[in-house]
Amino acid sequence: MPRGVLRVRERLIHVGLFFSALLSVATTAGIIWVLAVESFRFFAHKDVTVFSFLSGSNWSPLLEPRSYGVLPLVCGTFLIAGGALLLAVPVGLAAGIFLSDYAPPRVRAFLKPTLEILAGIPTVVYGYFALTFVTPHLIKPLFPATQVFNAASAAIVVGVMIIPTVASLCDDAFRAVPRTLREAAYALSATRLEVSLRIVLPAGLSGVVAAVLLAFARAVGETMAVTIAAGSNPQLTLNPLDAVQTLASYIAQISMGDTPHGSIEYQTIYAVGMLLFLTTLAFNVIAHVVLGRFREVYD
Amino acid sequence: MSTVTAQFEPRLARRRAYGAVFAGVCLFMTLVGMVVLVVLLVNVARDGGRWVSWGFLDRFPSRLTPEESGVKSALFGTLWLMFMTGAFAVPLGMAAAVYLHEYAPRNRMTRFIELNIANLAGVPSIVYGILGMTIFTRMCSLGLSVLAGAATLSLLVLPTVIIASRESLAAVPDSFRLAAYGVGATRWQTVRAHVLPAAIPGMLTGVILAMSRAIGEAAPLVVIGALMFITSIPKSPMDDFTALPIQIFNWMDEPEIIFQELAAAAIIVLLGILLPMNAVAIGIRAWQQHKKAW
Repeated sequence: MPRGVLRVRERLIHVGLFFSALLSVATTAGIIWVLAVESFRFFAHKDVTVFSFLSGSNWSPLLEPRSYGVLPLVCGTFLIAGGALLLAVPVGLAAGIFLSDYAPPRVRAFLKPTLEILAGIPTVVYGYFALTFVTPHLIKPLFPATQVFNAASAAIVVGVMIIPTVASLCDDAFRAVPRTLREAAYALSATRLEVSLRIVLPAGLSGVVAAVLLAFARAVGETMAVTIAAGSNPQLTLNPLDAVQTLASYIAQISMGDTPHGSIEYQTIYAVGMLLFLTTLAFNVIAHVVLGRFREVYD
Repeated sequence: MSTVTAQFEPRLARRRAYGAVFAGVCLFMTLVGMVVLVVLLVNVARDGGRWVSWGFLDRFPSRLTPEESGVKSALFGTLWLMFMTGAFAVPLGMAAAVYLHEYAPRNRMTRFIELNIANLAGVPSIVYGILGMTIFTRMCSLGLSVLAGAATLSLLVLPTVIIASRESLAAVPDSFRLAAYGVGATRWQTVRAHVLPAAIPGMLTGVILAMSRAIGEAAPLVVIGALMFITSIPKSPMDDFTALPIQIFNWMDEPEIIFQELAAAAIIVLLGILLPMNAVAIGIRAWQQHKKAW
């Protein structure tokens, strides 16, 4: 191939690849633009302000008297995501320690893919599991007053869903702790438990914190399992046996109905979507900052 | 006995006992995930097992005669989505990864793109649904077409595909590139003939895992409006469609017990596609780690 043609071809390929990479920036820009435009229209209505949206404790966009206070949805979201963390953090952290410091290579080679399969189960399936197993067979026997749709069952399945995230990220963090540190501790006659909890855990702490934040962001954005298991009842409650609605499940509920395009009900999903997007973005950004800035560096 | 040894009590037996308890607790916690997986699969199989048959795959859903229902429309919709999403997301994702790892200068622009991709991977899938509904369904007037669904899912999986492909490119040693440059290859020739072939198996693992996540997704499809009752299979990318996760969700919404069982049967079909995909992806990685020569 002549040198000139070759050079032009190289240039074209370079530009083409660059635009593929730029598509992700366009996606982010698209998300922000789409959410901002319709949210702006929503907040342009005379009876809605950003303050009343964020501080109002009554969410009733479909029924008169209408009210657009998002706190019940925020409360439901954090109730479920917080409950999910209560389950996923101890389990995931212990699994991470086991995978990095205890499991023989063969056991590890079996356990890691199994965790990946657990992460690959679709969220509607977890919803089915919550509705047909967790609520009737786990929660109802203990608390007979539980409603069919309840926050606890959603929190449990979302917790199971994020166990692989926590376990896998913790495992990565602990494996990045150099062997020399562990061996120095063993040389001082520390037991395995002491090495795990006093050497490896503190050294990998930034990774653990990032894992928890990322898992929390996932739990906040989880939609289908929560829509199926927790119901669609926006209320300001901390009782996990009640039905609640989250930011994401509200968006799903409105999308399933036949809300006319351009109406204020329709615009609420953009405002709620914006809040959801900013919340998860904040947790993701903090997680990456923690990973980048507070990582202990060993040579 | 000297004072030093008197103060130092190793209490090794007790410390080892604590250690054994802790090891047991960690093992137990690790097994929690497996136990849930098994219980979930058994629960689904028990509920829906009796409805799964070849006929179930070949019939359309029916509200009047649920016992003659099937998942044909949903199954074909899912297959259409899978192939079209793959056709969009895989080349674009690999190209972006090649750019970022092989071409991009280390400057602010590159750092910005990388940060952006890392954050996009954490955006909830339902937000992608809002994006797809606004841009593809309404602005581009694609309606509830397979094309709109696949475009939305492609944007959703792109960050995952890019991140997995990058990791795979990073695992290719620099000596490959230097050797190619050394005999006068251009950058693209180096990438195409030496770096990509070495990285492809690893990319494949990431791509298959990403695709299996995509076809299990229901939230973005719900938002673009795919919650309709459809009893036909798409013949072109512009046709209406439904998908397995949507069909499962629809059936679960019905009060009668038989629809719950049909939902479980559809879950078996969906997992029957996803679990083998996961197994293949994990198998490719294991095989590659086993034979890796560099």
